[in-house]
This record gives sequence, structure tokens and C-alpha cells, in this order.
Amino acid sequence: MTKLLKYVRESQIWKSVFRHGYPDTPRNRTLAVLSNVFLHLHPVKVRRSGIRLSYTWCMGGLTFFLFLILTLTGLLLMFYYRPTADKAYEDIFALREHVPIGVMREMHRWGAHLMVISVWLHMYRVFLTGSYKPPREFNWNVGVILLVLTLLLSFTGYLLPWDQLAVWAITVGTNMARATPFLGHEGPGAALVSFGGIDFIHAGDDVRFGLLAGRFVGEGALLRFYVLHCVGFPLIAATLMAVHFWRVRKDGGISGPL
Amino acid sequence: MLSALAMLLGGGGEPVNDGPVGAAIKNFSNWLTEPTRYSIASILAVAGILYFRKFFAKVWVITAFFALSTAYFVFAFQDPNFNAIITKPDNVPIVILFATVIFFTWLSLRRAVINDERTKRGEPTLEGELAKQKVFTWPDLVYSELICLVLFTAGMIVWSILITAPIEEPAATARTPNPSKAPWYFLGLQELLVYFDPWLAGVLLPSFIIVGLCAIPYLDMNPKGNGYYTFEERPFAIAFFWVGFLLFWVSFVILGTFLRGPNWSFFGPFEFWDLHKLEPMVNVDLSTYFWVDLLDKPRPDNPFVREAPGIVALIGYFLVLPPLIGKTVMKKMVEEMGMVRFNVFMHLFLWFALIPVKMGLRWTVNLKYFIGMPEYFFNV
Ligand code: HEM
Repeated sequence: MTKLLKYVRESQIWKSVFRHGYPDTPRNRTLAVLSNVFLHLHPVKVRRSGIRLSYTWCMGGLTFFLFLILTLTGLLLMFYYRPTADKAYEDIFALREHVPIGVMREMHRWGAHLMVISVWLHMYRVFLTGSYKPPREFNWNVGVILLVLTLLLSFTGYLLPWDQLAVWAITVGTNMARATPFLGHEGPGAALVSFGGIDFIHAGDDVRFGLLAGRFVGEGALLRFYVLHCVGFPLIAATLMAVHFWRVRKDGGISGPL
Repeated sequence: MLSALAMLLGGGGEPVNDGPVGAAIKNFSNWLTEPTRYSIASILAVAGILYFRKFFAKVWVITAFFALSTAYFVFAFQDPNFNAIITKPDNVPIVILFATVIFFTWLSLRRAVINDERTKRGEPTLEGELAKQKVFTWPDLVYSELICLVLFTAGMIVWSILITAPIEEPAATARTPNPSKAPWYFLGLQELLVYFDPWLAGVLLPSFIIVGLCAIPYLDMNPKGNGYYTFEERPFAIAFFWVGFLLFWVSFVILGTFLRGPNWSFFGPFEFWDLHKLEPMVNVDLSTYFWVDLLDKPRPDNPFVREAPGIVALIGYFLVLPPLIGKTVMKKMVEEMGMVRFNVFMHLFLWFALIPVKMGLRWTVNLKYFIGMPEYFFNV
């Protein structure tokens, strides 16, 4: 067994992938992190205080991991889901009826709930440890945008099953946009945006209409939410996460007393 | 054993005979969770926990709390109304939210108390002691990450097998369900709709929350408490965030999920969600109070004259109050922060404070709007 392992480790294939020996010496441990693009997110050495669960609660890491799970399960769901008003519900229903012990939809749904919770807790911990203080002000702001994106991701996904729960939750949520000052047709000041007696802001062109591609939650809204949910928001979130992690390192690693 | 557990979890369905103690607990729960009492009780709880933090930071206190909560849950599960709402698959995460937020709040409080004591004795904080040591990422960090991930994934898969994701009737835009609720993480905002119009509760206040969060690092000038848990070195910041996050954010989500039923009426945890429960709407505008009750005249026709009292009150609140406070009580703060920071802070703070102010006025004098101009959709 040991021999076999040794043989594998010394083969040309193995060595072409991992350009260092088994990470049990300081040199190889350093190389293990430095020569791996994924591990390279981490510094070579970390402060012991920063990796304690009782300090970070691991909530940022968990959020990221949930994002990965959601990307993977979401990709699989996309194979089975057609974002049209007459197919969407049917497809989701079929997933449940025809797939024995199917867990993809469940993992995606429960994971999404959990990601919202973990991102809140992450923010809570960052606040309580004062980790937004200089030099980490900017990263806190990146975080706030990530928080908004997480909520938007969850919100756009909420519509996709196209059942009563979905449509009405989105209706309640987007009804708020009607009341946007100046830009929503029931918002304060909207009546002022008129010219020569013609109102420019009405139910057919206000922000809510723009969100939903219609006067109510219909097929246009479904497509719009689908595209944002599966492509738009994940891309922006992934980009910002890269910035976020980069800045954690550049700001001196996980915060600790100076 | 398993069947006992199944019975426990599957409880409900049949109305149960509670006996005097059970009935008393249920009545008390229904009574206490009524929104006014619920909010006042949680404010008192936050204040009390912060004040008596040495006591609440003890391990046995949180253990006792979770033991009692579990006992309460087991008891409450037998009740069909409680069971119906708690066991909805989409509400499971809210129970997780409740438990984790309480646990982590306790954990942070405990570490803050320990750190504050250490600092007083001139010792380094818990984090300070460990910060001096550096360890290799591989294996220390990578392995603990890996173990966490594997355990976590296993948990997720078990959860996903046990509870199937729900799907309701197909979408029908003609049939409005009652209650119609936003996704759970927005229920705090939906709760604000009780007190404010959509342009405030759904548009302006959320924007201020985002702007306010972004502004925090630039407004908090206290250099202490960076990178370790503490309460005494930044009491105002911590108390403020507790109120904002624990009360207005998390606890309103819980309120909106479990205690708001048809027509967004309030229902106690053991109350049946009766479609016909009506809450009397007796709210009165400030203008009515001013013209009709105080001056004994009819309300003027011109909306700007009619709403003058509210307009004056809000101008005073937003424009006169900040400089007044800055010149008197908070003079030192202005000097430390500078004018720009101070004004940004005050305005964000006043918007935030408007929420409890309006809630209080609603509960005490049934105030509907400070300024009510439905003509222009401008109601505050
Ligand atoms: C999709 C959302 C997010 C992901 C994946 C994420 C991920 C992470 C990770 C992995 C860390 C390393 C330390 C830790 O685990 O606690 C971190 C640190 C940090 N995060 Fe986030 N985060 C997210 C959202 C946020 C939010 C909402 C905020 C604040 C509003 C925030 C502010 C910060 C700050 C200031 C740090 C540095 C903390 C320190 O050095 O102690 N992040 N984040």
C-alpha cells in the first residue's frame, strides 16, 4: 500500500499536477498553499486567533460554501427547468413526482434559506468584533453589497417555481416599487413628473413595470427573474466575492487585536 | 423510541385537552406576543441582558435557556395551531435563525465579558493571546475547513431527504391567498407597513438601511474594539446594533412569520388563523387631532394648511433637532466627528428612531399619519 502510494506520488503525472512533496515540512506546506490557485486564497500562515471557530463562527466561509453548493445544484436544476409560464410549474412538480429521493431541489431551497441566515450572522460577527474599523472599511462595504446581492438572488429565485407562494410573494415584494418617490405611479411626487398635461409616470412605465416587464407578475417577469437569478446576479456576486477575499488578505488577514 | 419521536413531531391535528397549567401557559404566550407587548418585552430584554451581562454570560444560563425552550417546543408541538405554523417546511429555517442568533449573541457576550475583565486586570484579550502565534494554513486551517464542510454537507443532505421542498397550487393571478406574505427575510419590512406607507417602509427605509450600513465604518470614530469582542470599550455601538439587528431585523422576521396571519392581523402562537378576525381600525391623523380636537374647527381644505402641524413637527424633528443637539448635549461629539459626519449620522439615526417613535404613538394615541396627503401619495 505504502509502496503503491509512493509509486503514484513519484509518477510523472502526479508531479506534473502537484509541484511539491507531501506537505509535512515547512517548505512543502508553504508550497502547497502558494502553488494551488484555490488554496492561494489563504495566506501561507495565519494567526491562530483568526481561525478559531469561537471568533469567526466560520460564517463567512459557510456563506461562500453555500454559494458553491447553490451554484452546483442550481446548474443541475437548470437542466430540467423551462422558464415559461406554462412549463415552469410543471417542471418543478415533475422533479418531485418523478425523481426518487431527489435532493437537488431541496438542497437548493434549504441552502438558499441558510445562505441568507449565514450572511446575516457573518455581518453580525464582523460588527461585534469591530472588524469594519480601519483598515477594513472598504471590505465592509463590499460585504454590504454582497448582502444585498444575496437577498436579490434569493428573491429572484423565489419566483421560479411559479406556484401561488412564489407569485404572490413576488407580487407583495414588488408592489413596493409602485410607491417609489417620483418613479412609481403611486409614489409621492410622481404627479409632478408631467409635461403639458401628460403624465409621464403611470402603471405602464414606472419602475415596477420595469422590474416585472408588465403590469403584474407574468411571463415577462418570470423570464427577467430567471435570467437575473441564473446569470446576472451570480456573476456579479462571484466577482465581488473575489474582491472580498482578496481584500481580507490585503487588509492584513482576519482581524485581530493589534 | 422512533415512534414516540414521530408522534411528538407529528402531534397536532386533534385539539388536545391542556389541563389548567397547559392552558395558562398558552394563554400567557398568546397574551405576551401581542405586538405591543412583544416589542416592549424585547426592548426590556435587550436592555436587561446588556446591563446584567455578567450573569447572562454564564454557561448554565444559556444551557437553561435552551433546555427550557426545548421543553416549551415539545409542549407546544402538541397544539394543532402551533404545530401547523412551526412545521411548515419553509419555516424550519426561521427556527434555525432563532436558535443560532441567540446562541451567537450569547457567545459574543460571553467573550466580551471575559475580555473586559481581562483588560481591567491588564491582561491581553482572548484574541490577543492567540494572535501572537502563527500557524501554517496547511494543515491547520485547510483540515478544519474540510471537516466543517463534510459535516455540514452531510447535515444538509439529511435535511433534504427528510423534508421535501413544498410546492403549492399553480400560480393564479386572480386568486389572492390570505395572508400574502413577502419572502421571509423581508417580513421585517412588511411589518413596518403596519406603521408606514409603502414608499417609506418598502423603498426609503430599506435604502437608508443599506446606506446606513455602508456608512458605519466612516461614522464610528472609536478606534477601540477592533479585532476582539468587547462591550465596555464600545457600549453605544454594541447596544445600537443589538437594537437594530436583534429587535428590528431578526425579531420582526420572527414576528412576521409566526404571529401574523390573514389580513396581517396578529395571532398568538396558539391561536387559530381565523380569516374573519378583524382588528378595529381607529387610527387618527395628526391633522384631525390638531384642527378638530384641539381647535374645534373643521379641517381646512387646502392640504398644505391642513397638514401644517405635521409638516412643522417633521421639519423640527429633522432640521432643527440635529443642530440643537449638536450645539448642546452632543457638543463633544461634533468636535470629534466634524460637521459632515455628525449630520449624516444624525439624519440616519433620526430616520431609524422614527420607527419606534411612530410605533409608540400608534400604540398610545392611535396616530395614523403625521402628514397625511393622500392627494399626493405623501403620507408620513
Ligand atoms: C456573499 C456574502 C459573503 C461572503 C461569501 C463573505 C465571505 C467572507 C469570508 C470567508 C471572510 C473571512 C473571515 C470570516 O469567515 O469571517 C470574510 C471577512 C469579512 N467580511 Fe465577508 N462575506 C460576505 C458578506 C459580507 C457582509 C454582508 C459583510 C458586512 C456587511 C462582510 C464584511 C466582511 C469583513 C469586514 C470581513 C473582514 C473581517 C475580518 O477581517 O475579521 N462580508 N467574508
